[in-house]
Amino acid sequence: MSAIGRPLLEVRGLRMHFPITEGLVARKLVGEVKAVDGIDFSVRRGETLGLVGESGCGKTTTGRCILRLERPTGGEILYDGVDIARMERKELLALRRRIQVIFQDPYSSLNPRMKVGDIIAEPIKVHGIEPDAAKRTARVRELLSVCGLSPRFADRYPHEMSGGQRQRVGIARALALNPEFIVCDEAVSALDVSIQAQVVNLLEDLREQFGLTYLFIAHDLSVVRHLCQRVAVMYLGRIVELADGDELFGNPLHPYTQALLAAVPVPDPSVEMHRTFRPVQGEVPSPINPPSGCVFHPRCPIAVEGCRRERPELREARPGHFVACSEVR
Amino acid sequence: MPPLLVVNDLHTEFRTGAGLVRAVDGISYTVDPGETVAIVGESGSGKSVSALSVLRLIPDPPGRITQGEIRFAGRDIMQLTDAEMREVRGGDIGMVFQEPMTSLNPVLTIGRQITETLEQHRGMDRAAAHRRAVELLGLVGIADAERRLKQYPHQLSGGMRQRIMIAMAVACDPKLIIADEPTTALDVTIQAQILELMKELTRRLNVALIIITHNLGVVARYANRVNVMYAGRLVESGPAAEVYHNPRHPYTMALLRSVPRLDRPRQERLDPVEGQPPDLTRLDAGCAFRPRCRFAVDVCAMKRPPLEGTGNHLAACFRSHEIEREAGAAA
Repeated sequence: MSAIGRPLLEVRGLRMHFPITEGLVARKLVGEVKAVDGIDFSVRRGETLGLVGESGCGKTTTGRCILRLERPTGGEILYDGVDIARMERKELLALRRRIQVIFQDPYSSLNPRMKVGDIIAEPIKVHGIEPDAAKRTARVRELLSVCGLSPRFADRYPHEMSGGQRQRVGIARALALNPEFIVCDEAVSALDVSIQAQVVNLLEDLREQFGLTYLFIAHDLSVVRHLCQRVAVMYLGRIVELADGDELFGNPLHPYTQALLAAVPVPDPSVEMHRTFRPVQGEVPSPINPPSGCVFHPRCPIAVEGCRRERPELREARPGHFVACSEVR
Repeated sequence: MPPLLVVNDLHTEFRTGAGLVRAVDGISYTVDPGETVAIVGESGSGKSVSALSVLRLIPDPPGRITQGEIRFAGRDIMQLTDAEMREVRGGDIGMVFQEPMTSLNPVLTIGRQITETLEQHRGMDRAAAHRRAVELLGLVGIADAERRLKQYPHQLSGGMRQRIMIAMAVACDPKLIIADEPTTALDVTIQAQILELMKELTRRLNVALIIITHNLGVVARYANRVNVMYAGRLVESGPAAEVYHNPRHPYTMALLRSVPRLDRPRQERLDPVEGQPPDLTRLDAGCAFRPRCRFAVDVCAMKRPPLEGTGNHLAACFRSHEIEREAGAAA
């Protein structure tokens, strides 16, 4: 156990620039996609940090860097005090017992030729944790029931299950190694509305039961507000705002966060009838050629001349509430 | 004024490896001129099939419309020849689909795709069609129309492609637009732009809109009336505000309660619809929602409740009056 108060995960100046090359034989570097362009945040033990933003903002790449499915091109990822950004294969294997992932699509993230029981047992085998087959089977049954599935499902194939049940299998597999940190990458986005709430409740129960820490990557703001203690908003590879959930949703400071929140229609006709809103104009620019200065300035309703030139850094506008905008007081 | 579209006792089936699926199992609804009707439901509820049936776009095999009547602007859609049907599609009925990349032709320019529609359906010559295409792009908020018309779909963003789809849908002054999950593939700020555009255009041009969606917020913001589907049937139908505030079907009520809301204080815990979605190949004679329903009683296992009610708010539940009372008390 690390000291109380020290974050479990600390991301400092994280960069992930993907090269763009031309030519088949002599590959020439012609540019870079700045998927993640210098971000800082931390996740405390036992908390859920939400990472929200639209497609291409870099939230998934950030998660993949933390899982070391990508090797970042810059910055540090301190996990329990150790930089995992530069770890080599062997150390990574040990790390993956502690950090696991739940993917978005329960259809493509489970091997269709494996039985559910084998899917869940796979990480236990790979890491050589339980050589005894009978004990492994018992563990699989336990994991299934923890995730609200009957142990009978161990003998089924993924295609015999519904989307919600498959996602429970994906969660059981993530739990198989008793991890402490789980990256949930759009973990409930592909599920039907009626099933989504079931899985959200399951994730909350598991967090409590096993003392888990989550990085919850999602674009659905209402689910993020429900599940996360703190929330970071990303836009074009940068964090534009970070605060406690109640503060961020109750008092959003960045014009982009405000635009995002305004764009979500509330499931209540009488609320919507009295709400007038003008959607933010324009589209997300390309991360190959991001705008100068503040990356949001071409779409920003309050942009001033200086926003074209200077990139605002994330600063603490109020206690615990960080925003990257020069116009916010 | 008579309704623009009347769907009466429509049945659409699919023969699959796992058995016969009654994707749409006897639904009836109407759409008035100029109004926006939402069809809401989850995957497999039959919401898309019910709308594609109106356009007779069901792939046969494996699918088939086996029964029912579809009347559009006084014409019997089921009796039209294939050639007449092609006239209706893209002519009097515009279409907007979920994935603009797959519904646009990747090897034709944007301009050609729009002008082709105008030449086919309205008999315009090239020059007139081109002028109209420029005008249409302006209408859907695309600047620099001349340049855009020369581009191919892959050169445009998802939001831009969906604007093109909308331009094509309104090109021939349709009376009805059917939009199947038009913004599901788009980001939330772009979704808002596209929906506002559709709302503005349908109002300005007085076009009726059927919007198929699973997003309860989108329904609340944009629909006059809502049809809720479950397992191929309509379980509730009525004015949007009525259905949201006084749901009469336990599925509608449970669905509305299960979504976290940004405009309300954070709940301790979400209130999900328990159980799993139904297997459409194994439905019995009773109500399909029964295994997940808190209100189920013996009669629910014996027969399917008919869609009925007072005025224009209908529900298919034997206990709809009790449910409405409970929903009212909880609100």
